[in-house]
Amino acid sequence: MKMINSILIVLTISVITILLRVGPAWLFPADKPTPKVLVYLSKVMPIAVIGMLIVYCFRETEISTYPHAAPEIIAALMTIVSYLIKRSTIISIFLGTVVYMILVQFVF
Amino acid sequence: MKNRIDKQTLIQAFKASLPTLAGYTVMGIAFGLLLANAGYNFIWAGAMGLIIYGGTMQFVAVDLLSTQASLLQTAFVTFLVHSRHIFYSISMIDKYKDRGKARPYLFYSLTDETYALVNMPPEEGVDKAKYDLYLSILNQIYWICGDMIGALIGSLSIINTEGVDFAMTALFIVIFMEQLMSTHDYVPAVIGIAVAFICLIFFGSENFFLPAMILIVTALLFVRQFRNEETDEDDK
Repeated sequence: MKMINSILIVLTISVITILLRVGPAWLFPADKPTPKVLVYLSKVMPIAVIGMLIVYCFRETEISTYPHAAPEIIAALMTIVSYLIKRSTIISIFLGTVVYMILVQFVF
Repeated sequence: MKNRIDKQTLIQAFKASLPTLAGYTVMGIAFGLLLANAGYNFIWAGAMGLIIYGGTMQFVAVDLLSTQASLLQTAFVTFLVHSRHIFYSISMIDKYKDRGKARPYLFYSLTDETYALVNMPPEEGVDKAKYDLYLSILNQIYWICGDMIGALIGSLSIINTEGVDFAMTALFIVIFMEQLMSTHDYVPAVIGIAVAFICLIFFGSENFFLPAMILIVTALLFVRQFRNEETDEDDK
């Protein structure tokens, strides 16, 4: 049951993804203007959705009890500061993740 | 139509794809580790890399899988996370006009990185149609390999993967910063974070995702009425 539901979840994501990526090629011929509301949403959605996803990632984080989200805060700062310095996605993700893993496994 | 592989063009495409070779392998491994951590093996990882092929969405998919989300929620989340692809694809309609049988795949494989790469001009005299196709295929191969390697390492349990899920948080933080730095319009970013946070408080961590997304789209459409000039600004 879990297996079937998991397959259905993956297939659903795949179908919607294909519709979004290949669909416009069928729907909007090159010579016709795209509906303005779609152009607007595709411009403002990414940053809003990513902002929401960041909140989503911290949804289970407990700030009131020990260790008061210290691993999350330290690792997030590590990611942010290293990105400001190096501007490298890979280095920042790697550093943030490794620091977080060390903190939750050995420190707190 | 018999097409031979054009070696010169393939080498050109390979050179251009070196940054994604590094990036996709590392990100793919992070995803694979996370997926294995949730109890899904390398076949799942490879299949997802093949038929979903999107970094952010595959990270979110791990959560959808481990919470066994409903298909409606899955469809909605996918729509929101991948809605930017409508824009990518629309902007390529003209450029990908005469690509024959490769056309659907070229549109399907337009990830953020591939979109950026095919929009950079190759060296003089390169067959652009073949070059774009090779580049797109190479990128997806790197991604699928990274996914599967990560899942294999993860299921061997030679390393303690506790905390590896922070890779997803770090990815989103970096993308968010990147987007903040490339725009002067901070309203959508504030809407995204604020609405999500308010919904988290009101609906709780289990149920806030769907209402948050609906309210974000509503809020974005609402504020649009007051800021029409800014929608014409082109920053891509």
